[in-house]
Amino acid sequence: MGFLKNIFGGHAAVQQLPTGTITVDRQGRIVTSTVSSAFPKNLLQDIGRDVLGLFREARTAQMPLAEVSLHYGSLRITARELRGGAIIFLLPQTALFPTPTPARP
Amino acid sequence: MDTRHKILILDDDADWLALCRELLAALPSRPEILTANNAKRALALLETEKIRLLISDLKMPRIDGLQMISIVRRRFPETRTVVLSGLEDEEYRARAYALGVDLFWLKSEMQRNAQLFNECLESLLGQSDRDSDTGFRGLQSKSLMDIIQMESLSRSSTVLRVTRGPLVAKLWIQDGELIDAETEGARGEVAFYRLLAWKTGTFENLPAEPDRERTIHKPVNALLLESAQSLDETANPSLEPESVESNLHRKTMWKLSQLTREGAEFVIAVPLAGQGEPEALGTQNFSAFAQWTQRAVALARRLGDRLEAGPLSHVAGQNAERQVVLLARGDRAFLVGWPAEAEDNVPEKSRKLVASWDS
Repeated sequence: MGFLKNIFGGHAAVQQLPTGTITVDRQGRIVTSTVSSAFPKNLLQDIGRDVLGLFREARTAQMPLAEVSLHYGSLRITARELRGGAIIFLLPQTALFPTPTPARP
Repeated sequence: MDTRHKILILDDDADWLALCRELLAALPSRPEILTANNAKRALALLETEKIRLLISDLKMPRIDGLQMISIVRRRFPETRTVVLSGLEDEEYRARAYALGVDLFWLKSEMQRNAQLFNECLESLLGQSDRDSDTGFRGLQSKSLMDIIQMESLSRSSTVLRVTRGPLVAKLWIQDGELIDAETEGARGEVAFYRLLAWKTGTFENLPAEPDRERTIHKPVNALLLESAQSLDETANPSLEPESVESNLHRKTMWKLSQLTREGAEFVIAVPLAGQGEPEALGTQNFSAFAQWTQRAVALARRLGDRLEAGPLSHVAGQNAERQVVLLARGDRAFLVGWPAEAEDNVPEKSRKLVASWDS
């Protein structure tokens, strides 16, 4: 695997938005990921760490949250608290076809 | 000689072009419909044909709708322009009107309100006829009072639709007289005064509705005078302390009524630059929430920048008891709390609440 990278080069000129799902444990380490391996690992870890930070600080503010969604112009990050860790959905948005909210469990 | 008007529709979706052609060909004035699936082709048609009205989509490859409108307004100033877009974003509406388009309409709305859309087009085609050699266009940066006075002085009949972010208001003017106003659940004089407190926004003229029930009976000038007086009293710091206190109380009561009407639990406004105190309605113990709001906005913005994901629209959170929506507007962030069972579209409702809170 990865031979295409040897032929065409490893990195695209423009950073692609991440698509897929990751799960992080309570320390912010990535446990599973369906995001393309071309997407920088450190950025995925940043997402995990920041999302856990949001959950943690909400708990401190006496407002524990089970789900948090960050809506950006071109990306939506939806995270569900999972026993101290989180499952995080990364959904790129287009203006004409915004992705629907994932169904609640 | 053929006096049929020519309408040019520009859209990169062939199916949509076919649908529009069919719908617009049925207009009472029987216009000739031309279509183009890219800006280059549309410009070529504008060069060779006498186009009265251009209807353009916004999201297109290479030259997008806004660029196209800008070119047409400069090179073909006599051509009326209509934006017909699928982008339900008030920013695009504002940018299109700032470029001088005559009408901005959503594709979904066009299908729902086909008759009103057709009337607007007929009205624009008619105006083209009348005003082809006279009249000025490109009204910008006028206060709402100026616009209403102008409509009144010219004894015109129209419906003014005013938009400020997610807030929408309508004014019905018949033969220069203001007969009705409506905004966010309020009607009549109350709606009119609320609308005049808006500091910015965009407006568009819709066809008159002469059958509209009259709820306002005072003359426009009297209403404008009363409103100006009331706004002066709120803004003038040299007023008696009791009067200032009373104004503040009135404002607080009004905000509370907004909160109750929308069904929200609380709103907390937090200054982001660290200047000033957080302001809250509907909750007593808000300092911890305000702190979380400040940190969450900083964190979300930082993450968005690193991912190059575009501007932060909002952050939503929920647990078994409630939902919260966090909105950052300029130098302030707002945290709006809703009951867990609140209907969907809570972010949109929060935006409306915050916009009216801010006005």
